[in-house]
Order: sequence, then C-alpha cells, then structure tokens
Amino acid sequence: MTMEAELSDDERTFHRTIERDQRVEPRDWMPEGYRKTMIRQIAQHAHSEIIGMQPEGEWITRAPSLRRKAILLAKVQDEAGHGLYLYSAAETLGADRADLTRRLIEGRQKYSSIFNYPTLSFADVGVIGWLVDGAAICNQVPLCRSSYGPYGRAMIRICKEESFHQRQGYELLMTMMGGTTQQREMVQDAVTRWWWPSLMMFGPPDDRSPNSAQSMAWKIKRHSNDELRQRFVDMTVPQAEALGVTLPDPALTWNAGRGHYDFGEPDWSELTRVISGDGPCNALRIARRRQADEEGAWVREAAAAHAAKRQHAHREEAA
Amino acid sequence: MSEPGRHEWPLFEVFVRAKRGLNHVHVGSLRAADHDMALHHARDLYTRRNEGVSIWVVRSDDVVASAPAEKESFFEPSGDKIYRHPTHYTIPGSVPHI
Ligand SMILES: [Fe+2]
Ligand SMILES: [Fe+2]
Repeated sequence: MTMEAELSDDERTFHRTIERDQRVEPRDWMPEGYRKTMIRQIAQHAHSEIIGMQPEGEWITRAPSLRRKAILLAKVQDEAGHGLYLYSAAETLGADRADLTRRLIEGRQKYSSIFNYPTLSFADVGVIGWLVDGAAICNQVPLCRSSYGPYGRAMIRICKEESFHQRQGYELLMTMMGGTTQQREMVQDAVTRWWWPSLMMFGPPDDRSPNSAQSMAWKIKRHSNDELRQRFVDMTVPQAEALGVTLPDPALTWNAGRGHYDFGEPDWSELTRVISGDGPCNALRIARRRQADEEGAWVREAAAAHAAKRQHAHREEAA
Repeated sequence: MSEPGRHEWPLFEVFVRAKRGLNHVHVGSLRAADHDMALHHARDLYTRRNEGVSIWVVRSDDVVASAPAEKESFFEPSGDKIYRHPTHYTIPGSVPHI
C-alpha cells in the first residue's frame, strides 16, 4: 500500500492494466524497461523469422517435385510475412525497422539459435516443419495473450499460419518413411541432428534464465522455459512413435507419477556457444542477410526516387 | 536518419475488409515507397489466404489519434448521459414489441 502511494498516476494505470489482464496499447504510458524489453523481444523474434527463411530456402530450387516446391515456397514466404508483422509491432513502440535490420547485421541483436544449424538433406525440411515449427508453436500460442496488444495480435496471425508449416513437414516425413531404406535413414539422421537444438529453442533452464521473472510479472511471458519444453516433449513423443523414428535421448521415458515424459538434459554449453556466435552457420546467415540488404539498396532507392518524381509531377499538374 | 536513402519509404497503416458486409479493420503497418506499392505489399503481406476482399492504405503520419492521457476528459462525458440508453426508459410490460 505504501508502494502504491509512491507510484505516479501513469504507473498506477499501467500496473492496473496488467493486473486486470488488459492489453497495453502503443500510445499508452509504459515503464522504459517494459518498452525496451518488448522491443528487444519483438525484434529478436522478427529477426528469427527472417533468418529462418535461409535454412529451408536453400532447398527451394532442389525440391523433389513441383508440389513440394510450391509448398516450401509458400512456407518460406509465410516466414517473411511473420518477420514483417513483427517489425510492424516493433514500430508501434518507436523502433524503426531499418535500424533493427542494421542491428541484426552488425550482431547487436540476436535471433533464435536454431537457425545456425545447416540443412543437409531434404528430410531436414520436413524435420524443421515438424520439430522447429512445432516448438515455435508451443512458444507462440501463449504469446497470443502477451500484455502488449500489437505483439499479441501479430502472434495470433502467426499461429494461424504455423499449423500449415508443421503439418506439411510431418506429411513430408511420413511420405519419406514410406519410401526406400535410404529415405528412412535420411529422416532418422535429420531427427537425430535437430532434436536437441529444438529443445534448446525454449531457452536456458529456469534457474539460469535471469530475465524471465520480470517478463512473467509484466505478462509478456506466460509460462517458464522448462514448462514449455516439457509441453513440447509430451506432444512430440507420440508423433515420433507414429512416424517410426527414434528420438536420440536414452533418458526419454514416460513417468506415470508425473504424468509427463522424463527426458535428458540438453548440452547447455552448446546453446551458449551457438548464441554467442560460434554455431555451424552463424557467419553464413549474417553474411547472407547483409548481402540481401546491400543488393536490395538500389531497388529501395530507385522506388523512392520514382515515388518522389511521380508526386512532383502530380503537384505540377494540380498547380 | 543515420543512413541516407534508407528512410525514404514511409510507414503506411493497412485496413482490410474481410468480406462484404463488414467494416475495414486495422491489421498492421508496412513500409512502401508510395500508395500503389503499399497496396501491393498489403495484398502480399496481409491477404495471403483470402483474408480480404478490399484493402485501404493510409500514410501513418496522416492518422490523427486521441491522446491516451486525455482519455478521461475526452470519453467520460458520455458516461453520465444514461438517457442515451434504451434501458433508461420504463415501459409497462403489457406494451408489446418495444
Ligand atoms: Fe514463423
Ligand atoms: Fe513457421
């Protein structure tokens, strides 16, 4: 109660909005920390969608059929869309998307560690849809209720589209599992490589996740990293059985007492390494993003010049 | 404006009519060189799955908005005008269809 008395009207309104599970909207007053955290999280999320186009995009020209090519193209295009919805949300907080892109390219902002792994065969496309998009769905569904309005609304749009991503991946894998021995081996190999990095997508364990408590208090985040990881494992194990693949974790067993699967500890030193820039593809991903930005510069400039010229001509006509 | 040439694409707000009979609803924003490009980008970004039958784009700096800080003085005067609501009027139950 004494705390309450020391708060300004603005702060009180903000806390009441959060408490009542209402949404904070762009022009509302908000603590600087909330704004910063929100921009950082949304930007990091947007960057992940954009960088995430690369590992799968590499397979568009090598897809085994026209149908698979069309599906993959649509999926990668969706990821571009997700990035843009999120940059749009970040701009409502006063961020500027060109500036955010610059921060990404200069390594000042991060993106999900998962996209720093290579896609070695076409089975990887299926496994990414199934596991990586599957983990993303687990993370993102609760974010639809995030306290920042534009972020929650972007997440609703994104979640609607993710379901197609996961299903096309799983269907692709089912098709391959019904194929030759070699195809089945490709699927198993891809599952073995992507399983642990997928579990790391939920972030470090709760006792080593310093920013989580504040994000939970602000209702930016609704569940802890470990809760979401457990949910993902519980969802995925029966899907792996139906597919006929083995998840590479000897500790993975049903625990009837807990009503959950027990599973092994991911190698957290690997996550730290990949996040800090030392994954198999970090340099490649950023170099590619930088190249796209630089090679697109003349197009942006030409379009702006064209628009300015047209506006000028329009004004002359009106005069 | 730290890098010249970068910032010349203004921000546009996008409104989509989901189907006939509904209002256009704000769905988000995008950057484009001009209105024509904004419309095309909006089509590609916000209606990839038949989400709309019509799109409006508006330059974000042309939008005039009420200030959240003035919410009370701006919206509260409507709160005490209870006679604007149908429940304010007592009509005998015996009168039909009213
Ligand atoms: Fe996505
Ligand atoms: Fe996706």
